[in-house]
Amino acid sequence: MKARPRANTSKDSGKKTVVAPSAHHMPLLNASGIIKRFNDFTANDDVSFSIYEGEIHALLGENGAGKSTFVKLVYGLIQPDAGVFEWRGDPVTITGPQQARDMGIGMVFQHFSLFQALTVAENIQLALPGGEPLASLSDRVRRISGEYGIGVDPDARVHNLSVGQQQRVEIMRCLLQNPSLLIMDEPTSVLTPQEAEQLFEVLRRFSDSGMAILFISHKLDEIRALSSRATVLRRGINVGTVDTDTRSARQLAEMMVGETVGYVARETPPADGDILLEISNLSRPRPTQFGTPLRDISLKARRGEILGIAGIAGNGQDELMEALIGEWRGKSNGVISLEGIDISHAGPALRRNAGIGFIPEERNGHGAVPAMSLAYNNLLTSHSLAGAVKNGVINDDAMRHAAADVATAFDVRLPNENPLASALSGGNLQKFVVGREIAKSPSVLIVSQPTWGVDVGAAMFIRAAMLDLAGKGSAVVMISQDLEEVFMIAHRIAVLYDGHLSAAIDATDLTAEKVGLLMGGSAASEALET
Amino acid sequence: MEQLILTVILTSVPLIFAASGELIAERSGVLNLGVEGMMLMGAVFAFAVAMGTGSPVLGMFAGAFAGAITAGIFAFFALGLATNQVATGLALTIFGTGLSGLIGAPLVGQAIDGLPQINIPLLAEIPFFGIVMFQHDIMFYIAVIMVGLCAWVLNATRIGLIIRAVGDNHDSAHALGYSVLGVRLLAVIFGGMMAGLGGAYLPLVLTPHWAEGMTAGRGWIALALVVFASWRPWRVLGGAFVFGGITIMQLAGQARGWTIPSQFLSMLPYLATIIVLVLISRNREFALANSPACLGRIFHTEK
Repeated sequence: MKARPRANTSKDSGKKTVVAPSAHHMPLLNASGIIKRFNDFTANDDVSFSIYEGEIHALLGENGAGKSTFVKLVYGLIQPDAGVFEWRGDPVTITGPQQARDMGIGMVFQHFSLFQALTVAENIQLALPGGEPLASLSDRVRRISGEYGIGVDPDARVHNLSVGQQQRVEIMRCLLQNPSLLIMDEPTSVLTPQEAEQLFEVLRRFSDSGMAILFISHKLDEIRALSSRATVLRRGINVGTVDTDTRSARQLAEMMVGETVGYVARETPPADGDILLEISNLSRPRPTQFGTPLRDISLKARRGEILGIAGIAGNGQDELMEALIGEWRGKSNGVISLEGIDISHAGPALRRNAGIGFIPEERNGHGAVPAMSLAYNNLLTSHSLAGAVKNGVINDDAMRHAAADVATAFDVRLPNENPLASALSGGNLQKFVVGREIAKSPSVLIVSQPTWGVDVGAAMFIRAAMLDLAGKGSAVVMISQDLEEVFMIAHRIAVLYDGHLSAAIDATDLTAEKVGLLMGGSAASEALET
Repeated sequence: MEQLILTVILTSVPLIFAASGELIAERSGVLNLGVEGMMLMGAVFAFAVAMGTGSPVLGMFAGAFAGAITAGIFAFFALGLATNQVATGLALTIFGTGLSGLIGAPLVGQAIDGLPQINIPLLAEIPFFGIVMFQHDIMFYIAVIMVGLCAWVLNATRIGLIIRAVGDNHDSAHALGYSVLGVRLLAVIFGGMMAGLGGAYLPLVLTPHWAEGMTAGRGWIALALVVFASWRPWRVLGGAFVFGGITIMQLAGQARGWTIPSQFLSMLPYLATIIVLVLISRNREFALANSPACLGRIFHTEK
């Protein structure tokens, strides 16, 4: 692999000195021998852990390693089967979130924790003890959001905000509770490097004032930049708590996975491959009040390449993806063509049949039907699955085999023979959704956030599969907010900013700084000169 | 003219009660289709107690209490045992219809003194407006006050915010430490109490005797009214007058020998509701902002 493009994200940015845990220094929270079982699956197996005031501590592990289970136990959402928590030296039973909050534990969730129909201020008010009028709260939110550079409009309704904006609301909501222990589940997954660094600045300031921060992340560089210690979980077992200074990102990854991690690397695509997918002058009006209009977007995806589309959440990714899938179709706002044939007016099913594969960002509910089995989910997108449907009647065996083949080929770990999509962990379901699309050998694969919330091992697998597909002569269009990923596998990179798409440039001619500037809205000429 | 408007208002009072109660339950995420059953239970107990004690005011309290208890049965199954809300609500209507008929069998043919009319001093003297608005029984005033109270609680108080939050996303509300089932239990019981009051209005004011199934579908109209009002309390008040007006039109039409079959007029409330539903659904923004996202969904806590 080339020099890691984001290696300089924060190496020199004033990392905190390690708060040395010592014998005469009492941990804020100490957990010993925590065991949590779900039926016959042991999610946490004898986990011991401690965190001190003012410490930033990372919790690391693959999907299904038990990180979320552990933080849910700390936050009182579920109860341990065995083991003891001590808070400031006293044993405690954390019976529920309310008690956790009263003790001074705050949590920023990764998913599903904002109220869509309520305003930002109302959402925040719900998380605070009563008493503060909405108006004064709104002022406070505005002030703090200016102070820390977390752009949050207190009067906006949450359902109008992008994923990234929603996450900022979550963070803001938690910070206002002024907790002594702040738990964050993948807080930076939708932020640009610059935004992540801003967030780190905020977190460092809070930790300097004595707040302990426990955060889950998959981004190893970020863990090393922000935290002083990291606890690594693997299959529910604590495999070690280490000083992050003493370990490289690769060593941490290996602790996590338990084996040597393979990195993927792109090869040079054939020069001037045929144009498989072409978009010319695609425009789309703002779909909702807080949506982003698409402005005159043009791109060409060639045979054998991965075209990476970078950009911060809320700059038109969702709108572009809907237009590419065919969920939204304009009357006369530009042309999308597949191998020279205009498909602008074709719906998603026609586009799939024509040979385009789609992997939307949200795997639960958009990419897959959570309450249906994998076999059905596979059948739903494969209108001509070999032998599975005859005269409109489903052949159960053939359908199950087809799904099982995908699972085997893409290393999807199944809890039983034909589980519901909702029974799979995020990374496993994503591997299945990716595998399902790639198994059909689409001539063009359009994918959004392929490794969002997916552990390192699965992410590498998915990236390798996409490179492999491109190598076999397909074109891959990858919309991703993970800049590291874009640099790792994309051959050419374009940046989406405020509904504009910059021209695609060979990845080898770009640096993370240049792309970062384009993501922040600098004019292309300006960004590329630096 | 005044008489006609007065009749419309009287007809709409049971709808105002039942619909604003159901509105609170629905905003908390519970769809209780048992409104008709709860109203009938309220009606029969209100009548029985008013007859037994001679006090229609005590009858009113009995009606509210009976509605709340009936809602408690629904809450036991739908919240406590996490049964399907639609099926449980339908069962509650069938149960309430049957049980009220059984309890009320010996009461058929009896008569009571209804609630007295209370004229608000001074205001009642205003020509036209005074007669229409300020010469009513106590329950009419309570109904209007309750609508205002519901609107105020929902939109301006913390408990209202919590009710909306629970109805919007019960998992998040739980994660923030709110008792989802507790909030819903209170909302459902309140809904039952209001439905009971709506039912009690029939024997205590409209027709001072008991007849089996005397709500005659008003529970269903109240359910439609909640949707018609797009889950906003003040719109319930307006909608109730519209639906009440339609009901009176049927009677007036029949009396004057209109050629429109009365069945067409009975359909109008539902037709209007469907039109409102279509309008709401067409606008995603509006739908998201107005309908409780967790309506009818069962809440499971992780163990």
